[in-house]
Amino acid sequence: MNYLITDNTSGAVRLRDIPETDYASFYDDLRTRLSDSRWHVGHYFALPEEEARLRFYLLLLDDATGQVLIGSFAREYYDDTALPSLTALHAQMHPFEREIAERWGIRFDGMPWPKPLRFPFDRYDRNSTMDNYPFYAMEGGSLHEVNVGPIHAGIIEPGAFRFICNGEQVLHLEIALGYQHRGVEHLFAATRNRLRQLCLAEAAAGDSAVAHATACVETIEKLAGTARPAQLAPERLVALELERMAMQIADTGALSMDVGYQLGQVACEALRTMTINTTQAWCGNRFGKNLIRPLGTDHPLTAEKAAMIRRNVAEIARRYDEVRHDIKSSPTLLARFEQCGIVPREEMLRIGGVGQAARASGAARDIRASHPWGLFAGTLAHESIVKTQGDVMARLMVRCREVLQSAGCIDRLLEGFVPAETRRPDYGAPLAPRSLAFGLVEGWRGETLHVALTDDRGDIAAYRIKDPSLHNWMALALAVRGEGISDFPICNKSFNLSYCGHDL
Amino acid sequence: MALVNILLLTLAALAIPGVVNRTRAALAGRRGIRFLQHLYDVRLLLRKGAVYSPTTSALFRAVPSVYLGTALVAALFIPVGGLSPLLSFEGDMVAFAYLLALGRFALILGAMDTGSSFEGMGASREALYGALVEPALMTAVATLALVSGYTSFADLFTAAPQARFTVVLLLTAYVLVKIVFTESGRVPVDDPRTHLELTMIHEVMCLDYCGVDLGMIQIAGWLKTAALSMLAADTVAAAFGWPWWAAAPLAVAVTGLSVGIVESTQARNKLARNTTFILTIGALAALVFFSGYLLQLNLFVQ
Repeated sequence: MNYLITDNTSGAVRLRDIPETDYASFYDDLRTRLSDSRWHVGHYFALPEEEARLRFYLLLLDDATGQVLIGSFAREYYDDTALPSLTALHAQMHPFEREIAERWGIRFDGMPWPKPLRFPFDRYDRNSTMDNYPFYAMEGGSLHEVNVGPIHAGIIEPGAFRFICNGEQVLHLEIALGYQHRGVEHLFAATRNRLRQLCLAEAAAGDSAVAHATACVETIEKLAGTARPAQLAPERLVALELERMAMQIADTGALSMDVGYQLGQVACEALRTMTINTTQAWCGNRFGKNLIRPLGTDHPLTAEKAAMIRRNVAEIARRYDEVRHDIKSSPTLLARFEQCGIVPREEMLRIGGVGQAARASGAARDIRASHPWGLFAGTLAHESIVKTQGDVMARLMVRCREVLQSAGCIDRLLEGFVPAETRRPDYGAPLAPRSLAFGLVEGWRGETLHVALTDDRGDIAAYRIKDPSLHNWMALALAVRGEGISDFPICNKSFNLSYCGHDL
Repeated sequence: MALVNILLLTLAALAIPGVVNRTRAALAGRRGIRFLQHLYDVRLLLRKGAVYSPTTSALFRAVPSVYLGTALVAALFIPVGGLSPLLSFEGDMVAFAYLLALGRFALILGAMDTGSSFEGMGASREALYGALVEPALMTAVATLALVSGYTSFADLFTAAPQARFTVVLLLTAYVLVKIVFTESGRVPVDDPRTHLELTMIHEVMCLDYCGVDLGMIQIAGWLKTAALSMLAADTVAAAFGWPWWAAAPLAVAVTGLSVGIVESTQARNKLARNTTFILTIGALAALVFFSGYLLQLNLFVQ
C-alpha cells in the first residue's frame, strides 16, 4: 500500500498528494504492519467529501525512523457494506474504529468491542445513549457489581467505572466515558477566528493546556508555511516542561494522599503550587494559557523572567528530589506501590499505550525521542526514561525522574538566555488550501496529536484532536484486573488520565 | 468518685481528636484547625435534621442510637486510674467487649440496609476485621484479669500489681493501643480522611447518614476510642504504680500522639494486609497472656 511519507518537522501536505487505496489493501497492509511494535496508529478518522464520498485518513507513526505515514482510502457515503475489523487483530485500533462506527454508521465485521465512544451530538444512531450503554456482564452467584461514578468524587469530571468483583478482587473493569461531549473538534471548524481556535485547543484538556496549544500552533504554523521567530522554540519548550513538572509533581502528591501518606502529599502540593506559580509569574496564567500563540507571543521571555524560572526550577528540583528519596526509602509506601496494577509490556503495546504510562511498562514511546519537533529535532537530544516493571511504582518513578529531567532541560535552555526580538502573534496568516497538517507533541501524559484539514479557501474544514488518554484508558482497565478493588484509586492516580481529553 | 471518673473520660474523649489533628498539622508544617474544631463540627451536625434514602427501613434510623448507646454504656465500665466507674459487676469485661460488638453489628446492619454496593463492601470489611480484633481484645483483657485476679474493670487497677508483671502489663498496653488503632479506624488499618469510597472501611458505612445521625456516630467513635485508650493508659499507670490522675492525660497523649505521628509518616496498609496486621495483634495478645500465665504459675523454664 502507498503512503505519503513525512515527519514531524515537515510542512503541510496537499490532500491530493495523499495516496488513496481500497480497503482490502489498507487492511492487508495494517494487518502485518501493526504486528510490529515499531508502528502504531497516531490517528484514524473518516471525513465526508464532495460527490458523496467518505474518505478515511490514517496517520501511522514509525518509532524507528521518525517517519509519519499518511494513508487513505475512500468509499461511497451511502455504501453500507461492512468492513472487516482491524480491532479484531490489533486491539490498538479500537477507539478509532469505534469512533468511525459511532459517527458515520460504518459497520466493522468481527469488531470485538462494538461500543459507543463519546456520544457526539451528530452520531449516526441517535438511540444510542448513555442510558443503554452495553455494559459487559458476567453471571455467577459469588460475583457482585460495583458502579463508581458517573461523577468522579474528587475532580468532578464524568466517567462511569463498572467493576465486576469476586469479593474484594476485581475480575473486570469497564470504563464508560462520553458524558461530556463538547463538540470541540466541531467548534474548530465552525469558527474562522484563530484566537478562538487556540483557546479551544487549550481547553481540550485543562491539565495539558500547553501541550494541546503547542500541538495546535504546530499544526497552524505548518499550514501557514511561514517561518517563526527563533526564540519561540525554546520558550514553548520551557512552558511545556514546566507543565510536565507541575503535573508529575501533582500526581506524586495525589498518590501519596491516596495511601494516606501525609508528608508526601503536603510537600508535593507545595511544590506543585510553586511550579504553576512560576508559570503564572511568566504569563499570568497558572496553567500556561495565553502563552502559546501562532507565529509570535504576547509574553516574551525576558532575562529577568528567565532567571526567575531558572531559580525556581532549581529549588523545586532540589526539594522534589528529597520527596522522591523519602518515597523510595519508605517500606509502607513500597508495599503499596510495588507489584500493584501491573501492565506488562506486551499488553501495553497491544492496546497502543503511549506516554509515560507506556514507558513505565518498558515500551519506549516518546515523541520527543522518536518524532522530535522544534528544539528536540535540533540541538536538544532527548533520552527517554523507561522502566520495565509496569506497576504503580514504575509509573511513579518515571514521573519522578521526568520531573528532574525536565528541570535539567529547562536549566540548559535558559542558561545564558539572551532575549531576542519576537513578534506579536499573527492570527491572520493565510493557511494552505486543501492541505493536511498535524502537530505531534509529547505532553506530560503522552502523545498529543492535532490534525487539521483545510478547504479550498484555506479555512479549517475539519480538525481532529487526540489526547493520549484515548489509548491509555484501556491500560487502566487492564491494570486493575485481578487486583483488590481498594487498590483501584492508586492504579487510577498512577495513570491520571483525562476525561475531557477523551470526550472532546 | 464515679462522677469524676465520667468527667475525666468525657474530657479524654473530647481531647483525643484534637490532639490527633494538632499532631498531624504540626508534622505537616501547617497551622492546623483549632483544637476543638471537631466539637464545632458535631454541634453543627446535631443542629441539622436528617435525610433518609427511600430504600432504607426503620432499622437504618435506629442504628445511630444503638451505636451511640452501646458505646456510652461500654465507656461507663471503664475506670480512670484507680477511680471507680459508674457501672461495675463481676465479668463486666465480657459485657464491655460485646457491647462494642453489638454496636458494630448494628452499624453493619444499617450499612447493608442502604443497598449500596459501597456500603456492602464496607460492611463486609468491618465484619471481617471486627471478628479478628475481638479475640485480641478478649485476650488482652483476660491478661489483665489474670494479673490482678479480678474480672471487673473496677477492681483491676485498684491494687498495685506485683513487680514481675510490669513487662506483661506494658505489652498488654501496647496490644491495647494497637486495638485502638483498629477499632477507631485509623491508619494503617483505615483512613478516616480518605475521599475514596472503594478504600474506606468505617467511613463508607456512614456515607448515608447525615445531620444528627452522623453526629451521634462520631460521638460514639470518640467514646470508643477514649474507653480503649483509657484502658491502655490504666494498664501503663498500673505497671509503673503511677497515681490515679496520671491515667487520663496519658490516655490523651498516647493515643493522640501515636495516631498523629503514624498518620503523618506512614502509608495505609494494602487492604489484604490488614488481616495479617490484626491477626498479629491477636497473636501478640495470646503470647502476652501465656507469658503472664507462666509468671502467675511461678514456673521458670529451665
